[in-house]
Amino acid sequence: MTAEAPAHEDARNTHHGHSNGHEAGHGTFKSYMTGFILSIILTAIPFWLVMGEVFDSKILTAALIMVFGAIQIVVHMIYFLHMNTRSEGGWTMMALIFTLVIVFIALAGSLWVMHHLNANMMPMSPEMMKNMP
Amino acid sequence: MFSNPDLLKFIFGRLTLEAIPYHEPILIVTFIGVMLGGLALLGVITYFKFWGPLWRDWITSVDHKKIGIMYIILAIIMLLRGFSDAVLMRAQQALAFGENEGFLPPHHYDQIFTAHGVIMIFFVAMPFVTGFMNFVVPLQIGARDVSFPFLNNFSFWMTTAGAIIIMLSLFIGEFARTGWLAYPPLSGAAYSPGVGVDYYLWGLQVAGVGTTLSGINLIATIVKMRAPGMTFMKMPIFTWTSLCTNVLIVATFPILTATLALLSLDRYVGTNFFTNDLGGNPMMYINLIWIWGHPEVYILVLPAFGIFSEVVATFCGKRLFGYASMVYATCVIMILSYLVWLHHFFTMGSGASVNAFFGITTMIISIPTGAKIFNWLFTMYRGRIRYEVPMLWTVGFMVTFVIGGMTGVMLAVPPADFVLHNSLFLIAHFHNVIIGGVLFGLLAGVNYWFPKAFGFKLDPFWGKMSFWFWLIGFYIAFMPLYVLGLMGVTRRLSHIEDPSLQIWFVTAAVGVALIACGIASFIIQLVVSFRKREELRDVTGDPWNGRTLEWSTSSPPPDYNFAFTPVVHDHDSWYDMKNRGYGRPLQGFKPIHMPKNTGAGAILSTLSVALAFGLIWYIWWLVAVSFVAILAVAIIHTFNYNRDFYISAEDVSAEETRRTELLARQV
Amino acid sequence: MSKTNVDPLEKPRFYLEEDHHPESSTNLGFWLYLMSDCLIFAILFATYAVVGRNYAAGPSPADLFDLPLVAINTAMLLLSSITYGFAMLQMERNAKAETLFWLGVTGIFGAIFIGLELYEFIHLIHDGAGPSRSAFLSAFFTLVGTHGLHVTFGIIWLITLMVQVSMKGLIEANRRRLMCLSMFWHFLDVVWIGVFSFVYLIGVVG
Repeated sequence: MTAEAPAHEDARNTHHGHSNGHEAGHGTFKSYMTGFILSIILTAIPFWLVMGEVFDSKILTAALIMVFGAIQIVVHMIYFLHMNTRSEGGWTMMALIFTLVIVFIALAGSLWVMHHLNANMMPMSPEMMKNMP
Repeated sequence: MFSNPDLLKFIFGRLTLEAIPYHEPILIVTFIGVMLGGLALLGVITYFKFWGPLWRDWITSVDHKKIGIMYIILAIIMLLRGFSDAVLMRAQQALAFGENEGFLPPHHYDQIFTAHGVIMIFFVAMPFVTGFMNFVVPLQIGARDVSFPFLNNFSFWMTTAGAIIIMLSLFIGEFARTGWLAYPPLSGAAYSPGVGVDYYLWGLQVAGVGTTLSGINLIATIVKMRAPGMTFMKMPIFTWTSLCTNVLIVATFPILTATLALLSLDRYVGTNFFTNDLGGNPMMYINLIWIWGHPEVYILVLPAFGIFSEVVATFCGKRLFGYASMVYATCVIMILSYLVWLHHFFTMGSGASVNAFFGITTMIISIPTGAKIFNWLFTMYRGRIRYEVPMLWTVGFMVTFVIGGMTGVMLAVPPADFVLHNSLFLIAHFHNVIIGGVLFGLLAGVNYWFPKAFGFKLDPFWGKMSFWFWLIGFYIAFMPLYVLGLMGVTRRLSHIEDPSLQIWFVTAAVGVALIACGIASFIIQLVVSFRKREELRDVTGDPWNGRTLEWSTSSPPPDYNFAFTPVVHDHDSWYDMKNRGYGRPLQGFKPIHMPKNTGAGAILSTLSVALAFGLIWYIWWLVAVSFVAILAVAIIHTFNYNRDFYISAEDVSAEETRRTELLARQV
Repeated sequence: MSKTNVDPLEKPRFYLEEDHHPESSTNLGFWLYLMSDCLIFAILFATYAVVGRNYAAGPSPADLFDLPLVAINTAMLLLSSITYGFAMLQMERNAKAETLFWLGVTGIFGAIFIGLELYEFIHLIHDGAGPSRSAFLSAFFTLVGTHGLHVTFGIIWLITLMVQVSMKGLIEANRRRLMCLSMFWHFLDVVWIGVFSFVYLIGVVG
């Protein structure tokens, strides 16, 4: 009997360890509102940058748009999609990171490959490119 | 009534009587053969009153074991189709020299090599691999089914729907003449206005849905449903490779789906993604499709590696050498497979820096693969090797695959690739790794797990015949292609002028004849084993002295797999259980919670075939009707909340008692 | 528990006597689906990035895009996100009527979004800037259209769920489904951030 008890206990624990993880994935009113207000601000600024023609430099504007976009994606992930490192035992985060790596490879890789291809096979200026039939 | 062309066009779209290829004798004979075979099959099913059980126990089944078996049956049927294409090609190339035009006109020959590639990859290798993962993984991790049993059934039927769409093209209309990846602009509307490319696109899209969903399902199963105690480093190696494979599936098939969708838009809507005018860029298609295409190669070969690992450990009676390194090698391959895609088009002109990067990554990826070969060799070293049929396939694999791997590294050198690309050398290389790696693995797996699935072993004599025919046939068929490729013969030629090359093609054709004997031996093996099933019966559930959990249950396993959920302490958990005096539980059975069967998957897949057929032939009313029907069936299906039932404790008890008696009689 | 035949001495337990219920895989499975969907969008973005400047002597983003309209559209989608959040909070409180109300509001915002997008598309096609005009427009229509198609399916799903909630109440199965749709809806938001930043705003900047 005494020998059985710990083993039994052990199995219980594994069992319990298995069945939690449901608690993840819900926000509160406050967290939703925080996310909402942040996302409005983060949307408004880039629209203002473009529509108000705030900077003369196109590159600076474009870079700022991308930065705000990236921040807003993170905000949505945290406050609306409730991403954290604990939900589903970290597997959602792991899947997300893996996907981001693949997205990065596909995007950056395609751009790199196609840019070199164009540069080597079709040397022309962007202006020519734009008006090419 | 039938004289109104507008009405006819409305009803049949661009489908006319000319689309039926009754002027092609080869196709007519095939058609008659298929019809007679089909009628005979229907007759047998009706005569033995199999329709009811077929619908109840198989078509609507959500049992992962049955779905796995159905996947493999699909793969074997499609293997016969894909192989007949290979025979036609080899025969044509052996004959068509100089004056002789051979027996296949170019437009037919082009369809055949396209169909061969598409079928062998998407409808032989993929369902075969998915079938094994479905059958084996839940048993290996001590689960009762997969995470989403209905989804599993649906995935299978979508894969089958894709296969049916491709098969339809044989008798109604034509198939693509573009090669298996349908490069634009050739596959665009301007140069391929017929239905061939549309068959290709919709067949793959429909099957792709099934593949992606089954990948999601199996990842969730492996992550969530492992038996207590089975940490990641205690998972059997086949489960590990399955996990990595499914990650690859989920993270690459969407890329294929998107790429093919863009090509479809070019063909249907007139967009300009991959056209030559208005800013389109055909090279982008080639870039995108290979981002999918290279991981796909590893999707096929990783499960085969898993099968070899299981087989080697079992038949050498040893723990797998370097379990941890095997796991890490698999994961490294999984990541690296995304970084090599450009080696499929070094010659496209991206320049030295890009080519150098991808050439180097390609060479790097051969390192973990090489590590795996050494692990298998060291497992065999000083093992008590039993040369049963699965082990023969494994040894044959190690020799053949290493050759294929080395020619692969040759092709990874960009300057060498400039000489060898698009030549028969490449053809020889990838058949060397896909036949020598994937197919040998799958056949090893069939011989290894067949007793688990059906309760009797496969006949070893015909198994060995099949192995030797395949192995020798393979070398005779493909070594000449290396030679031809080095001499500069390009792929996909239906006619060659230089008669001095004929001897090599004739040799290759002899090799294919031997492979045909290998396939015939495999079929004979199945028939003979079925007839000798009492002699070959496996009552123990563990015919090979196995090491992983699937061998702990009966052969074939009961619907619920395990009466009690196993607790795992080691990665060779069944071996561990046997060693430490595991006693089979004989009482205390509980009712078991199981999912109910459903016909929704089969219905949805039938409707998908109709939808695809309508899209291919521009029968827009059929498109509208079947699309609405698909939505309706899917929505109605979600209103069914009553999806599970309990197998009563008495039933479980009766089943287990039967097994106890069987085991007792044996000893 | 005690009447099993396991030898109590030394031997480890090799099986569980009690029922084993692995935790639900739905959240993880659905998340994996979203990740695969994310890759579809990634390819569409990559295509846009590569061919998005091939105007073929036709109109460019600066000529075509109506930023105030895009801003309103974005606002609709953001509002629908927060209202879906409210629906989830009500679901947590087990308040069926309120949940349905907020779901309905979400659906209306979604429908307005789709309506505005269709208006924009029709307008563009009418001006001769349809998807076959240039590779840039092909990529634009495909990327934005795919997102719109997702939202449309989201709305159909939302209506189905509203019917199911009103029929069966907030039972476990329906909660799980609402949770999945929530992830889907917010995921589409995230994609839209990419669309308005990368396609519309940077497009107009040039």
